[in-house]
Amino acid sequence: MSSQAHFTDFKSDKRPTWCPGCGDFGTMNGMMKALANTGNTPDDTFICAGIGCSGKIGTYMHSYALHGVHGRALPVGTGVKLANPELEVMVAGGDGDGYSIGAGHFIHAVRRNVDMTYVVMDNRIYGLTKGQFSPTSREDFETSTSPEGTKQSPVHPLALAMAAGGTFIAQSFSSDAMRHTEIIEQAIEHDGFALVNTYSPCVTFNDVDTYDYFRDSLVDLDEEDHDPTDYDQARRKIMDFDNIYQGVLYRDDDSVGYEKRLGIEEPMNEIPDGAPEGAMDLVREFY
Amino acid sequence: MPEDLNWAIGGEAGDGIDSTGKIFAQALSRAGRHVFTSKDFASRIRGGYTAYKIRTSVDELNSVVDRLDILVALTQRTIDENLDELHEDSVVIYDGERSWDAEVPDEQIELDVPLKSLAEDAGGAIMQNVVALGAACEVAGFPIEHLDSALEKRFGDKGQKLVDNNQEAARKGRDYVRENYDHDFGYDLDTTDEDYVLLNGDEAIGMGALVAGCRFYAGYPITPATNVMEYLTGRIDRYGGTVVQAEDELSAINMALGAARAGARSMTATSGPGIDLMTETFGLIATSETPLVIADVMRSGPSTGMPTKQEQGDLNMTLYGGHGEIPRFVLAPTTIAECFHKTIEAFNLAEKYQTPVYVVSDLAMAVTEQTFSPTEFDMDAVEIDRGKVVDEENIDQYLDEQGRFQPHYDAADGVSPRAFPGTEQGAHMTTGLEHDELGRRTEDTDERVQQVDKRNRKVETAQREEDWSPREFGNAEAENLVLSWGSNEGAIREAMQDLEVDVRFISVPYMFPRPDLTEAVENAEKTVVVECNATGQFADLVERDTLTRVERINKYNGVRFNADELRERITETFAAESEAKA
Repeated sequence: MSSQAHFTDFKSDKRPTWCPGCGDFGTMNGMMKALANTGNTPDDTFICAGIGCSGKIGTYMHSYALHGVHGRALPVGTGVKLANPELEVMVAGGDGDGYSIGAGHFIHAVRRNVDMTYVVMDNRIYGLTKGQFSPTSREDFETSTSPEGTKQSPVHPLALAMAAGGTFIAQSFSSDAMRHTEIIEQAIEHDGFALVNTYSPCVTFNDVDTYDYFRDSLVDLDEEDHDPTDYDQARRKIMDFDNIYQGVLYRDDDSVGYEKRLGIEEPMNEIPDGAPEGAMDLVREFY
Repeated sequence: MPEDLNWAIGGEAGDGIDSTGKIFAQALSRAGRHVFTSKDFASRIRGGYTAYKIRTSVDELNSVVDRLDILVALTQRTIDENLDELHEDSVVIYDGERSWDAEVPDEQIELDVPLKSLAEDAGGAIMQNVVALGAACEVAGFPIEHLDSALEKRFGDKGQKLVDNNQEAARKGRDYVRENYDHDFGYDLDTTDEDYVLLNGDEAIGMGALVAGCRFYAGYPITPATNVMEYLTGRIDRYGGTVVQAEDELSAINMALGAARAGARSMTATSGPGIDLMTETFGLIATSETPLVIADVMRSGPSTGMPTKQEQGDLNMTLYGGHGEIPRFVLAPTTIAECFHKTIEAFNLAEKYQTPVYVVSDLAMAVTEQTFSPTEFDMDAVEIDRGKVVDEENIDQYLDEQGRFQPHYDAADGVSPRAFPGTEQGAHMTTGLEHDELGRRTEDTDERVQQVDKRNRKVETAQREEDWSPREFGNAEAENLVLSWGSNEGAIREAMQDLEVDVRFISVPYMFPRPDLTEAVENAEKTVVVECNATGQFADLVERDTLTRVERINKYNGVRFNADELRERITETFAAESEAKA
């Protein structure tokens, strides 16, 4: 593999089974471009995914990848990165995977701050199980399992991340290819856990949170003169549930990845051929 | 005089029972005596009866007995709880100055020692347990200098003053007994020049993991497995590894899976309830063909059961847990030293066959300390086999025509080579979905069958190529056969020393694959399977494997087998047969 990869190197020869027009296409393209633009290659990249439409991403990309069980992609990514800090680890998931079944892991991954990029394809619906409400669905959203609305407030992923001590909190829109790619590049370059909540519309089951809706509603932070390193400013934007923003809402430039704080320097894949030198000292401790 | 001495200290949780017991056990071990400990504790931090028992002898010990020679009682309940084990020469050491009026039954020897005030004289009431240790040394005829050495080990890091005060406290206890009781207790504990180490099963698992090159451990605290994590913490980083205390068991096993996938030797340990939570990912480990070691340190179930009590109830779960059919290996160490050896073996099996491997231990081993000669942990004999791993040099030969690496190549032995992430040209995915040889999802009927067969073939290969022999004791020609699995081995071996019937004892450390016991069972007149559960999970397996009915000795009250009761129950089982025949 040449040291300079083109984004198409990250494409697999498997054709996506996503519905035509699915937001996940744009999300994935941005991920591949951002990986290539930041100097990564398929051989030094690891993609973890959970279950659902988003979970299939590892199949459609070409890199080292693991498609795991529902909601547990973040712990897998954590293990991969700690065991080999030289790998570029990207975790992909959906709003159900990340904020429902995997919500516990989400909070802890944020506060643990392992250096990896978490891209959540947020379409505010369960697509692969054919149209039930998701944790980010609006309260009045009518679906097969919420005929009169969900009667519960949606999860606010950015606010959750901030409350958990997030060091990089961003939001993008899969159809705004340039901005989406750019935001993921920044996420990759951040030392620590980077959340990119990506609005990735479901054209089949969600007729409310559509491309048009996001296009019309998203406020781009670049036009707002927003300083993501200003915590108070970031907090105000993140807690402003009346607006949805595109861009990096918060970034802590002093962040240091958990693996560095643990002092992990080398990949853990080399071990001695027999017992390590001085192994009898381990026994003598029990004398 | 009996050749062994049985000592115990009991009180309320929070009274320092555990550390006091450990100090005395270390003192005995450092004096070249064998030690076998057991603990009785409740699932709470403070309050509730708790005891630490030590059996010691110059001969090897593998079990507990139901006899107490010296009891240090910090509470009345300690005396009440142990009445059955006291005999007429038992010595009960207690502090009559404390608020409770100790009621020691007439037949025992009372030793009223003002533990607290003597401790205060030596520098602090907190040392009252050490005063009791000093008193116990005098009763046992055990030179107090060995206690000094254990106190040095225990308190040395905290300063010489603390060591001096404790040694002084011990002497006050010894002298008080010497001056106030003119009685020959009849004990005169020998010391030897032997070097012993004293460790428990969890520590042995942790040590085995380190020696085997484990670099990553993720876990969630749970009794009685936590000690594995505590052992590894602070030690694994010497070798460039790390321990992560995860937010739950689901996270722990997925982190361990991620690290294993990245090429690290990786493990997690938990107890039954944790295994329940990990089971979904267990299937993923098998289908993605990731090597992972999972230790299940069993306790009483089901549900939260009795968290601080012994049971061997998880056998079926480790053998069958998970939806679908999951190839796996299940090892069950039979002694504390075997916890070390089987953990090393588990890492080799996991990587050679790219499967999940269970190491099934239990509370009785986890919290029991036992002395071993350091030679039991022969580091020169440790072999590391990482199985088939490709690198940049040889990966070419494992690529398909399109130059793609095939992680699930349909190898004849079922084991395809694996590429650690970072290996050039090796990029590939793995998944819990059924997949083709490239790791990509498939629902093709032929590919499905091919991959299921491939994974199951690994077990067949391992069955053929690895040694799954059991451990055997007693008379191989005897017509009475005793079978057991896991931690009962020690108690059975000791029971056999004075057994009136002649038995052959096969102790099985491999649950899957397991040794073929058909011939042994067929050759026996009668077979009895000993296990710590109510339904006889292993006995069921033996019956299925050998198509022969077996007898069962089960115990499920939360307490491990001891040698005395087994001697009786084994004798009864085989005697019933002779009577029936007569």
